[in-house]
Amino acid sequence: MIEVLTFATLNGLVTGLLLFMLASGLTLIFSMMGVLNFAHASFYMLGAYFAFSISQYLGFWPALIIAPLLVGVVGAVVERYGLRHVHKSGHVAELIFTFGLAFLIEEVVQFFWGRSTKNYRQPEILDFPLFTLFGQNFPAYKAFMIFISISIFIGLYFVLTRTRIGIIIQAAITHPHTVGNLGHNVPFIFMAVFGVGSALAGLAGVIAGPVLTTFPGMALVLGSIVFVIVVIGGLGSLIGALVASLMIGLLQSYAIASDTGMQDLLNLLGISFESDHILNDIWTITLPQIAPILPFLLLVLVLIFKPTGLFGKRES
Amino acid sequence: MIKQLTIWLLFAATLLILPEIFDSLLAISIFNQMAIMIVFALSYNMLLGQGGMLSFGHAVYFGLGGFLAVHVLRMVEYESIMMSTTLVPLVGGVFGLLAAIFIGSFSTRKAGTVFAMISLGIGELVAASSLILVSFFGGEAGISGDRTFGPPLFGIEFTQDLHIYYLGAVWMFVSVLLMYLFTKTPAGRMANAVRDNPERAEFIGYSARKVRFISFCAAGLFAGIAGGLFAVNYEIVTEENLNAVTSGRVLLMAYIGGLGFFIGPIIGAIVLTLVNSVLSNYTELWMLYLGIMFVLTVMFLPRGLAGFLMMHRLPWHLGKTRLLIRPYVLTALPASIFLLSLIGMLEMAHSSAAEFVYLGMTFNSSGIGSWIILSTLTAASFFALRLTLPQLRAAWTAANTQSALKPSTAANGNPPLNPSLKESSN
Amino acid sequence: MNIPKQIRSFTLSCSFAALAFAVSSAPAVHAQEPIRIAFIDPQSGTFAAQGVSGSLQMRFAVEHFVNSKGGVLNGRPFEVVTLDNKNSAQDTQIQLRRAISDGIQIVFSGNSSAVASVLSSSIERHNRRNPEQRIIYFNHSAVDPILTEQECSFWHFRFDAHADMKLDAMTTHIAANPDITRVYIIGQDYSFGQVVSESTVRMLKEKRPDIEIVGNELHPIGQVKDFTPYITKIVSSGANAVITGNWGADMVSLGKGIIDAGLDVPIYTFYAAYDGITSTLGQAGKNKIRLVHNDQANPLTTDARKEYTRQFKVQHPNNDITQPRIANAVMMLAAAIEKAGSADPYDIAVAMEDMRMTTMSGEEIWMRADDHQIFQSLHVSVHTDENVEFDADNSGFGLVTEFTVPVEDTITETSCKMQRPQG
Repeated sequence: MIEVLTFATLNGLVTGLLLFMLASGLTLIFSMMGVLNFAHASFYMLGAYFAFSISQYLGFWPALIIAPLLVGVVGAVVERYGLRHVHKSGHVAELIFTFGLAFLIEEVVQFFWGRSTKNYRQPEILDFPLFTLFGQNFPAYKAFMIFISISIFIGLYFVLTRTRIGIIIQAAITHPHTVGNLGHNVPFIFMAVFGVGSALAGLAGVIAGPVLTTFPGMALVLGSIVFVIVVIGGLGSLIGALVASLMIGLLQSYAIASDTGMQDLLNLLGISFESDHILNDIWTITLPQIAPILPFLLLVLVLIFKPTGLFGKRES
Repeated sequence: MIKQLTIWLLFAATLLILPEIFDSLLAISIFNQMAIMIVFALSYNMLLGQGGMLSFGHAVYFGLGGFLAVHVLRMVEYESIMMSTTLVPLVGGVFGLLAAIFIGSFSTRKAGTVFAMISLGIGELVAASSLILVSFFGGEAGISGDRTFGPPLFGIEFTQDLHIYYLGAVWMFVSVLLMYLFTKTPAGRMANAVRDNPERAEFIGYSARKVRFISFCAAGLFAGIAGGLFAVNYEIVTEENLNAVTSGRVLLMAYIGGLGFFIGPIIGAIVLTLVNSVLSNYTELWMLYLGIMFVLTVMFLPRGLAGFLMMHRLPWHLGKTRLLIRPYVLTALPASIFLLSLIGMLEMAHSSAAEFVYLGMTFNSSGIGSWIILSTLTAASFFALRLTLPQLRAAWTAANTQSALKPSTAANGNPPLNPSLKESSN
Repeated sequence: MNIPKQIRSFTLSCSFAALAFAVSSAPAVHAQEPIRIAFIDPQSGTFAAQGVSGSLQMRFAVEHFVNSKGGVLNGRPFEVVTLDNKNSAQDTQIQLRRAISDGIQIVFSGNSSAVASVLSSSIERHNRRNPEQRIIYFNHSAVDPILTEQECSFWHFRFDAHADMKLDAMTTHIAANPDITRVYIIGQDYSFGQVVSESTVRMLKEKRPDIEIVGNELHPIGQVKDFTPYITKIVSSGANAVITGNWGADMVSLGKGIIDAGLDVPIYTFYAAYDGITSTLGQAGKNKIRLVHNDQANPLTTDARKEYTRQFKVQHPNNDITQPRIANAVMMLAAAIEKAGSADPYDIAVAMEDMRMTTMSGEEIWMRADDHQIFQSLHVSVHTDENVEFDADNSGFGLVTEFTVPVEDTITETSCKMQRPQG
């Protein structure tokens, strides 16, 4: 029991922090520009694929630096020539644009890299078990992932609260027009923030590629969860994103690790049904089965009762 | 009034004649698919175009309606109940309406991003649940039915797709008419008002939330009807009909068609059904082309295809469309060459065979020669295209300007434009 | 002004759609009217890798066994029309109608049991309503037993051993290994995964009642990104073997997860090879991953089979022969047409019932008339890089067969009550 709990916590931590890496970029972009970037998970995918190709020639570590930069450049270009153009057509148009972009990036990736899974491996240096607990190895690479995610959080937090540019960005969260009136080159800041946000997503891809497998559907798999996190955590709050990511990572991990289900609850209450009862599916539901939908349940509940999210400062 | 009536009659007449002109089985099945998508896209437009509510989970009502419809078909087959196949779409509609009433009760409180996110969450929830609740949703294989067991209508048992075509055409015509009339009702008009300025709408006494709720329920009703039509046509409903991909598809249709016009989603549905069904058999890269088309449309044609067509209204009224023909042709020529050569390069890069056959010509795909030819063509035509733009621009300005030699109309201002039939309020 | 730009883009956008029609590959022209076969499998989307590879193998088989020998019925070649169903039941219906509209009467398909089930019932319905234009369905890969049991159809012929047959071979192999005492079953939560789960429990109980089933888990298909939580449960259960029917991305993630966690147990699978999976598992999977399949892997049994693989590799260096049963189906179709003297689906079906044929691997396969199920020998192979003459994914790793069940021992009963149409 204790071993299941320990590993479940560890797993949840790793997943949650990875999700945070993705969510941090998105929440940054959203705070700045008010646009929910559907293509954010696609930048994540691009990061993984770029890193895969680069690592084939130069190795993992150069890829770790170069790939996110490349993705950041792509993001900046998308903002400058695409998003900015669409901005004047309104928020709906922006959302739909990023939606189309996500679709397009997936197709472009398949065009250049093909449709099969890519053999993107973690670096040899990290390919060893860090420790063995209760007979199961904990790979050093996962510890590396945790380390990078936490560094990003600390780095971002520092930049946002202690540096000048960070103050400007924070101000832009709540008073975007005033910031422009004060003479800052808001379009340039927009482009830079979008680029940095995308680079963060790309970095997440570089790190997660070997673990979560690199294949054309990888953006779809994470895309909606990241939105859930940003909304639950609160639109525009970095801490909210961290808390929400960890919450969801741990929740899913514990749900899968448990073996309980509706049956146990019913047994506790002394009720039982025959196996051909019309609502049999509901009575036999297990917690692992509904683990993937728990985040969405949480999303709907939060949106109904606290639309600004847990730590949010602004609604839309 | 007469003009409106004629358009509707023409519409009905076209629907009747269409299967006579295109009578292959493939064409009929494409028409059936179009009918379903037209009703679905128009229902979505009630939410987005007219109500300003961006929903990422509209497929839920489509799918739910479809599932109940196919269960009804099964019940008819196993003789638990008796119902004519012609009424099955209505069953779908009712279920879609009920679902919309339930979900709308809490999700229409706010519009904007919050509404969009709730719809996304609900959509994913329902889609994921459908794989868990196997008895109603059938798991991966979905639920299948047979539409031929109901009482025959004038001897027709709906065994052929052609029968379904006429059934679908009737349902589509009725749905389109009802949705159009809805836009003319106070509820429909107020939906527009709430979309544009909710605060102001509240000030004149209407509850923005109630108005949104009514639109939401109506949209759910018609989405359910579309789902029912789907069930009758394909005799199978699966989790795909509920999921985010289908929600995305209907968003695409409505947007590319044009949100601000009633006819927009109809055009979008037709175009996208054609692309989905036919293009995929000519090239493996059809989804790439679709993605490019989508992004370009969002960037340069924010009012969609309908918007593009409507741009010609003013020149039409001024009688100056003739001025545009030659510039269009002049621009279309380099544009076509540019596209053909670009597509050729993409297809050649993608093809794994050594020899590449394109437009009746054979290219050696590894030879540098073919690449040089195609890339030069692409670059050259692109520059030629840019050269033709000034004259196109000038022609547009000319076509949109009233001639100065008409003092009487100049005094009255521009001639009033008759509001076209298929346009939402403005 | 924005307007001209919009016109330019309109021409651009519209033309992408319209002009892309122009891209088409002209079918080869033969003197005699070709017999057209529709190959309906995913060519785009998540499962494109399998479908595209299948299409290439289909065309190669047709060329090798039929067209290069002059065709059937005095010079009629086969013509393969590949249709993309995007692994969706809905799109399969549309492509089926397209095929019907083009006058095609022979359909090959295989990917996803869910799609196969829908296809089979659609074809049955169509044939009932349109007896003048019937269709025959060759199922090359969908292994849910239901297709030749409760939902068996006269017009459906299956060319792969179904899940219960494969599990029988697999559990026999496991039962023979005294080191295996605790088994963990994990699978995708849909019809096929459920069948694997139930049948494995049943069969192991019969063959080795001492084996303890320490876990029986179904996870949502295609949704689990990180299998580590599941691996934790496997480890804490103390299992010394894992059985799974997972395929595609789910298989890769599961395999990697087990190996990363340092779990040194054999993993018995249906689909853990080719299409990028072998290269991803690589060294870490050596001697652990096992597959049950038809048609022996390394060493290939006959020179004909080796030559066939070599020639295919020359034409398609980045693909492998992953579905040799497609070639068997093509050969049997040709034989049936010659035997019946006609390409009419009913005649073909009658000719194929109870047909026996020798494959290029040198074994005799049998199409049983009762349920239209093929019977052939089954093999369990291991993922390794030793003695691999023909590798997978150009990775140096491949499958080496370590256990064979002869065809007689694979034959099972069927509950099919087939309804046969007249003429």
